[in-house]
This record gives sequence, structure tokens and C-alpha cells, in this order.
Amino acid sequence: MSRLLYDYTLPGGHHWSFRMRRNTGLRLTDVEGGGNLALLVFNPEMLMERYNAPDTMKAQETFRLTQGHCLYSDMGRCMASIVEDDFGGHDSACGTLTRGACFERFGRWSFQEYMNEWCLSGEESFLTELAKYGLGERDLHANLNLFSRVETDDAGNMRYVDSHNRPGASVTLRFDMDALVIATTSPHPLNPATEYPKKPIQVEFLKTDPVTPDDECVNAHATSRRAMENTRLYYLDDPVRLTDAGGA
Amino acid sequence: MLTESFRQTHDARYSQKIGAGDYFMRTVKAGSTVRITDVDGNEAADTLFYSALDPAERYSANDTVREQGNVYLGTGSVLRSNRNNPMLEIIADTCGRHDTLGGACSSESNTVRYAHDRRCMHSCRDNWMNAIQENEHLGVTKRDIAHNINFFMNVPITPEGGLSFADGISGPGKYVEMKALMDVIVLISNCPQLNNPCSGFDPTPLEIAVWDN
Repeated sequence: MSRLLYDYTLPGGHHWSFRMRRNTGLRLTDVEGGGNLALLVFNPEMLMERYNAPDTMKAQETFRLTQGHCLYSDMGRCMASIVEDDFGGHDSACGTLTRGACFERFGRWSFQEYMNEWCLSGEESFLTELAKYGLGERDLHANLNLFSRVETDDAGNMRYVDSHNRPGASVTLRFDMDALVIATTSPHPLNPATEYPKKPIQVEFLKTDPVTPDDECVNAHATSRRAMENTRLYYLDDPVRLTDAGGA
Repeated sequence: MLTESFRQTHDARYSQKIGAGDYFMRTVKAGSTVRITDVDGNEAADTLFYSALDPAERYSANDTVREQGNVYLGTGSVLRSNRNNPMLEIIADTCGRHDTLGGACSSESNTVRYAHDRRCMHSCRDNWMNAIQENEHLGVTKRDIAHNINFFMNVPITPEGGLSFADGISGPGKYVEMKALMDVIVLISNCPQLNNPCSGFDPTPLEIAVWDN
């Protein structure tokens, strides 16, 4: 179903941004286990349209995101779909490691001292990449934290659990819209590590097949079928009768 | 935890009703107390806060839940900004639990959640768009419209990690009261949603009251 276009391993504590096209994908692998890949997704044609965590979680009635879920934009469109996930249940509620928390917990990582071994907070990483597109703090909305699982108890208390962390865990995103992806391997803000967890994430760019009526993500939730229909309207594609495919 | 307030509405600097589908957008000084009342019960107050000094600093659900280690808001919750500064603190609450994960309804999300023919129903985000257009001088733009608080809404997380939209635990006259810790712009949409139980399928007025201390 997919052909490898490019392969790069992002070192821990670093950042990157890139364009994705419709019907391309990203296979992301937590090489050593215990890593975190924080992502923001924008529509490059209309940067005001972006991944919206509350819409995504609310419409699919889930606190964690996994295989079968789609990432919705604030404009009601399906931006990307989680087509494979052998980690199981990623966080999108905790935000990213702030500059202040990173300094307090892990000390100062100056370039002068560490050269390219330095590690940045998620906040600094996101702001650096966002600035390249004329974006900034105001555009830093709730991000996705891949490879980080957060559980809650009945009272709503949250905790980071490492039970799903393992070397080689991978998740594949299929992009249903063109996208600007902002990424950082800064650790999850609730990761209790006492030393900066400097964990690489492998990023493989794939050519993927167009969505078919029997697609798992389209059929997992009726909301995703309608979000995918909104994506079709955005691109003014020929009608595909996704609504006839059955599903919930 | 349910906590009552000693404040009387007749001592307030001002109080006003916010009809269903209307918005409230005004600056409140540091040290003031803001009370939002669910007048007839089962209403949702979709609320955002901004620093009046620099609206790029805004209420952040992520920072708030992360720093308090809990996903629900109630008495004692400190509402934090995207710069991780305390903006307001909840000092009284007769409802018990408020949501900050579920976000606000929009014309676009109505098409996703319900049906494409629900596109042209009124929504909180359209309401906020009116608010920021009509109050351009306050400096809030669409970029600043983030993850809000849903006062009086109950969205429990199930043990399996699902989000359930439980019927409101709110009722007539229940309120939440906050102390402003900085000069804040308060932006509330009284939710006009007619497709789900967050407004009991019958959106009703909210009341806001502000005391100087």
C-alpha cells in the first residue's frame, strides 16, 4: 500500500517542519522507546486552518488517539488519518514542555556548551519552526504527543504511563489534505524522567493510496466519514460514495 | 467540591443576562470577582480569557490541566495562560465540575458531529467571530481562538479513555465564581447548540456579575 520516498531520523530534543501532500504518509517510529513526537498540523493554503484537538477528541469521543482515528481541523475537515498504530493511545491534552519547565527540570542546555547535542524545550522548538512560516505563539495551539500515553482516574487525575513504551513502536499517518507539519522530539511534559530523555524518532515519508470506501478510518466513526466528505468538498473532488460504505 | 459565595448580586459593579446565542466580551480588572450563573440550568458557557495587556497571552487548557494534574475544573483550579501564568482562580462553585477538553461547537464541526444539513445552525465559534469583529479594539483575532472552558458541562473520561457527554450536573441557579489575577478580557458564548444535551436541547440565559473585589 505504500512506497518509501524519504527516510530521516530526527534526534531527541530537536525540531523540524515540512510539507506533506495529499495521499502521502508518515511512518513514525520510536527507535529506542520512551520517545515523544509532538506535532502541529496546518493547512498550508490557509494557515488559519489547523489541527484542532478538542474537535478531534470530542467528535470521536476519545481522550486518546489511536488507529482508526482521524485528525480534524477546526474547519471540520479530515487532515490526516491514523492508519496504523502499534503503540496504542497517544496524548493530545497535555501540550508541550515549556521553556520554564525544561530549564527547571533539566537545567540549561546552551549551544555554547553542548554544540549540536543541545536539547530544547517543546515550546522553543515549536516557536522556532512556526516563525519560518510567519506563525508564532498565537498559533501554538494544542498539539499531538505521539508515543506518550496519559491515563486518568475517576477523579480526573492524570498520569503519564510508560507501559506502552517500547523500542520500535510505530504509528502511520496518512495525509488526506496537503499539510504543513511542525514537529519536535522534545519530551512529553509529564514524562517524570530526571534527565532530559533524548530519544530519536524515525520519520519515513510514504506514497500512499487514495482513500477507498472500505477504509478503516473512514468507517470507524460516522463523524470521520462526514469530515472526509468536507475534505472532498474543499478539493472539489469527484463524488465518491463513501457514505454507502456502512460503518458506525 | 461544592463551595458557596458570600457575595450578593446587588453589591456587584454590574450584572447582566447573556441570552442563548449571545456573547459577552469585556475587560475585567485584576482583583475583580466574576460570577457566571446557569440561570435555568443545563446551559453551557463556552468561555475564553485573554490578557487585556497583550491578548497573545490567553487561557490555555493544556497548561491548566497539566499544571494541576487533573482534567476537570472546580474550586481551587487556577486557570493558566499559554505562558503558564495564573490568570484567574475558581473561588466558589456550586456545580462541581467543568469541562475544558471538549472545545466549542462551530458551524463546521456541526457538519461533522451531526449532519451536513446542520451547517447553518448558530454556534459558539460563529458567536465568538461576531464578538471579535465587533470588538476589534480589544485585539483578539481568529488565531487566538483556542481550546475553551465549558462551564457547567460534564464530559467525563471513561476508564477505557473514551469521552462521554454525560447529562449536565448543573441545575437552575448554579454558579461558578473566579478571582481575576490579571486584567483579563472575558469572552463567553452562551451556547446555542440544539443538537445535543449540553444545553438540554433548550438553550437558556446565563447571567454574569462582576464585583470590584
